[in-house]
Amino acid sequence: MNIDWYIVLSALLFTIGAIGILVRRSPLVILLCLELMLNAANLALVAFSREVGNTQGQVFAIVVMVVAACEVVVGLGLIVAIFRRKLPIDVDELRELRG
Amino acid sequence: MSATSWAWLVLLFPLLGSITIALSFRLTSWRTAGIIGTAAIALAFICGIAALVCLLGESPDARHHASSLWEYASVASLQIKLGIYVDPLSIFMVLIVSGVSTLIHLYSFGYMQSDEGYHRFFSYLNFFVFSMLLLVLAGNFVLLIVGWAFVGFASYALISYWYRRTTATRAGMKAFVINVVGDIGLVLAAFLIFQHLGTFEYTEVFAKAPEAFSTNGWDVTAICLLLLVGAFAKSAQLPFHTWLPDAMEGPTPVSSLIHAATMVTAGVYLIARTHILFVLAPTAADIAAFIGLATLLVAASIALVMTDLKRAIAYSTMSQIGYMIVGVSIGAYSAGMFHLMTHAFFKALLFMAAGSIISAMANEQNIDKMSGFGKAMRFTSIAMLCGGLALAAFPFTSGFFSKDEILAYASARGGMYLIFTVLGYFGALLTAIYTFRLIFRVLRGEPCAEAQELIDTGHIHHAAPFNPATGEEEDTDVGFPGADHHIAEQSPPMKVAMAVLAFLALFAGFVQVPGVDKMVTNFLSPVFADSPLAAIEPSTTASWIGLAIGAAISLSGIAIAYWLYVASPETPRRLQERLSGVHTFLYNKWYFDEAIDFLIVRPALAIGRFANDVFERYVIDAGVTGGTEETVGKAGEIVRGFQNGIVRTYGLFLIAGAVGLALYFLIQQS
Repeated sequence: MNIDWYIVLSALLFTIGAIGILVRRSPLVILLCLELMLNAANLALVAFSREVGNTQGQVFAIVVMVVAACEVVVGLGLIVAIFRRKLPIDVDELRELRG
Repeated sequence: MSATSWAWLVLLFPLLGSITIALSFRLTSWRTAGIIGTAAIALAFICGIAALVCLLGESPDARHHASSLWEYASVASLQIKLGIYVDPLSIFMVLIVSGVSTLIHLYSFGYMQSDEGYHRFFSYLNFFVFSMLLLVLAGNFVLLIVGWAFVGFASYALISYWYRRTTATRAGMKAFVINVVGDIGLVLAAFLIFQHLGTFEYTEVFAKAPEAFSTNGWDVTAICLLLLVGAFAKSAQLPFHTWLPDAMEGPTPVSSLIHAATMVTAGVYLIARTHILFVLAPTAADIAAFIGLATLLVAASIALVMTDLKRAIAYSTMSQIGYMIVGVSIGAYSAGMFHLMTHAFFKALLFMAAGSIISAMANEQNIDKMSGFGKAMRFTSIAMLCGGLALAAFPFTSGFFSKDEILAYASARGGMYLIFTVLGYFGALLTAIYTFRLIFRVLRGEPCAEAQELIDTGHIHHAAPFNPATGEEEDTDVGFPGADHHIAEQSPPMKVAMAVLAFLALFAGFVQVPGVDKMVTNFLSPVFADSPLAAIEPSTTASWIGLAIGAAISLSGIAIAYWLYVASPETPRRLQERLSGVHTFLYNKWYFDEAIDFLIVRPALAIGRFANDVFERYVIDAGVTGGTEETVGKAGEIVRGFQNGIVRTYGLFLIAGAVGLALYFLIQQS
């Protein structure tokens, strides 16, 4: 099977994730979109690994999954903290970093 | 103990005294402070005598020792030692400085009695003596400069001692600034010496100089002229003299110590110390001699019309130092140093007597208001007369022998140097007139109110102290003899100091009488043996002819003063009216202050104002610092726009950046 399809799918998923991050305001959805981007990258890694014929890319995909799991833990933790403090669950309202 | 060990002790005691008094001012009474201060200097004097004894025990050619405690700096070929140089010249100066200082400390012990700042005064005074001793004992040019600068600072502190007096603080600043000008000259001279000879040590410099420099070469002449800037600023010679009369704002013992006996002679010492360089640069030596001559005449002429008692004596000091500068510059080294010694005695004495009278007048210094103190203060008037006789070179007093020795040497050297003899004698005539003008006007005549009070009641006139220059009342809280001062001549320590100095002023000249003995010359001869000029010596007959002329001039000067101020007191006023132009010119001190103000101070101020108003405002503020500030500020404002706090915007930038990078590499690859 031609590798092009994998890459196109990966790019499509990545773009959907990126656009999701840019347009949605709910932190939960943003987190999901982030996952989508990471998995798009994973897809590309696995596809390249198969194309080249060694397992390094697949190992890398597993590492990315671990990192994604950690990231989700932190992200969900933050969302719970925001919720507990009765702050709006809207990233545009949380703009204390403004310079 | 060796001579150098004693010399180190000479330095140690005044320093210890100064520190002890300064740190213990809450614990000790004024009496203790005075005793510590006086004892410290007396011990230094005793150590000086011990060093002298050590030196005399050696053969004349071996009487020079260098000693150093540690190396102050050692870099490549530069080695600066904290070292002293002990030879007859430095010991001679040590003895004069510490000896006269001891007596002046003794005098101050009584004079400053009711002053609030007694501890401060003695601490400064000891520090001053330490600096002066460091100056004369220094074994290299670096330590000399250190001592030189210390003396400048100490004199600033002492002149401005009554620091609530605006005229005093201004006078202190003036003295300091002019002295710093001199310091710069000295430092530059030291740089040039190091550049050419590669060392700062006296012994090496003087040993190498004759080979390194050609006679009258531009380099050695430049060194000598720069040394002269330093010497003239310290010794109050034209045109750096204007600080000395103003320095009379300090307490009278300060005038007596700094501006008569010690500090102002530093320049004379410097020329005598570096005489080898001046032998190599005869042009510079002649310039020095002529400036000395000009100073002695100018100062004497101003002293003729001064009405302020202390300032008149200050101008006389300038004039006498002119004689010493002439002496050491033309080669009459030991005569110059001899005059330095006798002058230290009689001038310190004159200032002490003046101090007594001024305190009896409740700080009035104008001689127009004084008269008849001869009856009121017998002891002081006798002391003043002794000092005056010596200053006027009355036959067989100390000033008589020392001044004429310089002039006799000048005539023995002959040629152009006869000018110094002739004008020197003219200066001596003026000296006799102005000295006895002071003495006759202050001591003779009907007693003024203050003197009458002293005669009638035996008490000193009391008045709220005021500044003689401005008429403002003094602030007595911070140190000033208040209205309850009981000074003048009543205090025994003052009397002792004045008596010793009076004795020395009258009889110290007998150590060096032509044809009889020449102790000073013999003692100093090893130092000056390497100068060909030291071999010139007036014959005994010529010296005695000179002495006879000197005696005649001195007596006629005194006679003129008697005629003018006692026999026909109307004459001076008539003279003043007829020669009002000359009088105004002299009374305004030849307009030196105004000339310096016009030529140096105003241009400097104008440049400073320009720098402040134009350069600082438009170039520095607007251009350099303003421009930088504006650029950074603007850049910050632009960057701040990106930090809007919305996470999605950050995400956009991040992705845009990543996409941008990816596109860049893609385009580059294809």
